[in-house]
Amino acid sequence: MTFEEIKKILGSKTIGIAGCGGLGSNCAAALTRVGVGALVIADFDVIVESNLNRQYYFHDQIGMLKVFALKQNLLMINPHVKVHAFDIRLCISDIVEIFRGCDVIVEAFDKAEMKHMIIDAVHTHLPEKHLVMGIGMAGWGDNDIIHCRKSDKLIVCGDESNEVSDQNPPLAPRVGVVASMQANAVLEILLGKNPLSKSTYN
Amino acid sequence: MKLTVNNREEIIDRESLNITELLEEKKFSFKMLVIKVNGQLIKKPEYNSTQLKDGDDVMVLHLISGG
Repeated sequence: MTFEEIKKILGSKTIGIAGCGGLGSNCAAALTRVGVGALVIADFDVIVESNLNRQYYFHDQIGMLKVFALKQNLLMINPHVKVHAFDIRLCISDIVEIFRGCDVIVEAFDKAEMKHMIIDAVHTHLPEKHLVMGIGMAGWGDNDIIHCRKSDKLIVCGDESNEVSDQNPPLAPRVGVVASMQANAVLEILLGKNPLSKSTYN
Repeated sequence: MKLTVNNREEIIDRESLNITELLEEKKFSFKMLVIKVNGQLIKKPEYNSTQLKDGDDVMVLHLISGG
């Protein structure tokens, strides 16, 4: 498939991004660059300086709500992308309401409890949707343990072992790897498996 | 009983097995777990009553913070 053909397919798709921190902001940027037509983004947080070690924001955006800063940054990449920004702390009913019209939902929350909530919400209320999760990306190195696996419409990207803590902070390289894997998984859902693929993973 | 647990084949020497017993058997003791059997989400109150059968594909997902 040529990039023009890819862009034509992606241009009609809408992706939901739940959380606009390290995973969500970087995943949204990757999806915007390849030509996804619309993004629905949700977060309640404000940008602080410590976010800049991994999140897709800039120093002069400190103090802004993440959803509005992200919308600004995505529009600088592609002024034609439609961004629906929700400044909201998501609960189950919001997830169902906001992401109902999306082709795929990307989970990009920080807290394990929120990750649990969205799995529950999507499986119970939106069972036809693919949900792409990011689990385990703290620290540095260990490229070889970052992976992707799936069960039906649930796809998990990450190392599934490195939890964020003071001694194991999230940093741009590993967070970016997992965010890009999530974006890559979204493409495989939307475009189908690459016919030129050499992978035996299905 | 032959199962696939997290993409790995496991032979568990039991006639019958529910989710709670599988978690004990495999020593999965994390508190924030998600279980899927053949793609279907199994909620915590259903762990005891969900009997596994030969050939089942089980995903045990340990949720950790970070994002």
